[in-house]
Amino acid sequence: MNFDFLSNPKYDIWGAFWVTVQLTFWAAIGSLILGTVLAAMRVAPIALMRTFSTGYVNIVRNIPLTLIIIMMSQVLYSQLGVKLATREAGVNPQAFLDTQNFRLAVLGLVLYTSTFVSEAIRSGINTVPPGQAEAARAIGLKFTQVLTIIVMPQAFRAVIAPLASVLIALTKNTTVASAIGVAEAALLMGELMENESDKFTAVFLVTALGFVVLTLPIGLILGWVARRAAVSR
Amino acid sequence: MTTKDAVTVLYDHPGPKARRLNLVLTVIFGALLMLALWWVLSTLADKGQLAADKWKPFLQAGTWTTYLLPGLWATVLAAALSVVIAVPVGAALGIARLSDHAWLRRPAAAVVEFFRAIPVLILMLFAFTLWFTVFSVSSPLAGVVIALVLYNGSVIAEVVRAGILSLPRGQSEAAAAIGLSKSQMMTSVLLPQAVTVMLPALVSQLVVVLKDTALGGLLIGYVELRRAASTAASFYKNLLPTYVVVGVIYILLNVALTFAASRLERRLRNRAGRSDPGTAGAVGTGTTPLPGTSTVAAANAAAAQ
Repeated sequence: MNFDFLSNPKYDIWGAFWVTVQLTFWAAIGSLILGTVLAAMRVAPIALMRTFSTGYVNIVRNIPLTLIIIMMSQVLYSQLGVKLATREAGVNPQAFLDTQNFRLAVLGLVLYTSTFVSEAIRSGINTVPPGQAEAARAIGLKFTQVLTIIVMPQAFRAVIAPLASVLIALTKNTTVASAIGVAEAALLMGELMENESDKFTAVFLVTALGFVVLTLPIGLILGWVARRAAVSR
Repeated sequence: MTTKDAVTVLYDHPGPKARRLNLVLTVIFGALLMLALWWVLSTLADKGQLAADKWKPFLQAGTWTTYLLPGLWATVLAAALSVVIAVPVGAALGIARLSDHAWLRRPAAAVVEFFRAIPVLILMLFAFTLWFTVFSVSSPLAGVVIALVLYNGSVIAEVVRAGILSLPRGQSEAAAAIGLSKSQMMTSVLLPQAVTVMLPALVSQLVVVLKDTALGGLLIGYVELRRAASTAASFYKNLLPTYVVVGVIYILLNVALTFAASRLERRLRNRAGRSDPGTAGAVGTGTTPLPGTSTVAAANAAAAQ
């Protein structure tokens, strides 16, 4: 197999995977925040918040990510004119488009992934037996104390493993950003497939290896952490 | 149901003071929601997206028969083919991974872990090119189906493996004690029981497959629902309404599948009458959706495609 495209300066393989990593990083932080807010609403004593959160999760989770990301670019930006980057006069417009598309892709990934984060956190809260909270209340702890001393520490441990799965899925889902022209690994692979079509197996193996290298440690490390932190019942 | 559980875990029944606070917060949150809704609608109206002629194409039969229904059919066809092929492939891989023979177990494990670790979009691109190289015919459908079979077959393999491992050890011990061979044990004792445990997770995997078919429209040119809709949208110049309609179609299909999965889960659990395996699904081994109370949720989280 011929791997000489690796040393061709025309193809920035490191750069493409670096974009993948950046997409994953920002989308992970964003969806952790939004997902936690959604999960908090889901278990809030206020019925309207519960309805809103349930509705949001069930609607967004069932739409293909492809559709969401394409809507970010074609609807949110092109039709509604929402800009996430500033366009400076005299500067190369491509730089503006790159930043804009990157941020739109992150936004789409956050909107989508936060629903899975929310479900993971909610299922974590549900693993705490009601007896724990009842016992805590029986010894006179206040609501904030029940939450911070009893429920959250146990729920958090149960949430690590499902969140790791969500993070791995997110890493793979960043490839969908190629749909709106973000120069990440899948877009580069598509380009390589066309230009170096005789070496398509080598191209595939290199890209696949990149993703294995990215996702395997997440699974191994967080899986180990989850096992160590697990509450035995 | 689950929200109610969570409520009892987290707080007491509200007293008069808490009820007042909740009412105030409800009003504030409701006002914020209204404000957001008003902002969205006024922005849409400003850009002329709510104009009747943007939405009128959906009242004409032509829009549906020319674009949306063929697209929907392509989506359903690719998803159905993928599932029908992926289930036996996944079952074979899952059982091979439990084999006593290392020469069978190790390659199966490698295949499963490899295809679960790489993005479906990249698999599609590879499968499409491979098909073209081997058969000299361009077939986007083959690319989509092969990629979805490889990925979902691997996910199903893990579901099958977890389903079999979740059975009490006494089952295989009893089968061995009455002198069944290993293959008899698998086919007449373990598999039939495991299938009932993992059926709900399999049905909710359908949601993942259905959504993933949309990837076929991106790089390899499979004209599924999303891509067909974007052709329609550029013809009628109504991108936003078209994508909203497409989104609603996907939501309806997937909600129906999810509903079927949870009904199936409840029915099977009642019929089997087996004790609740508890929360194994949430605290389990990470990427593997273990069967249990939260099979559907765990499968969704694990395969958040």
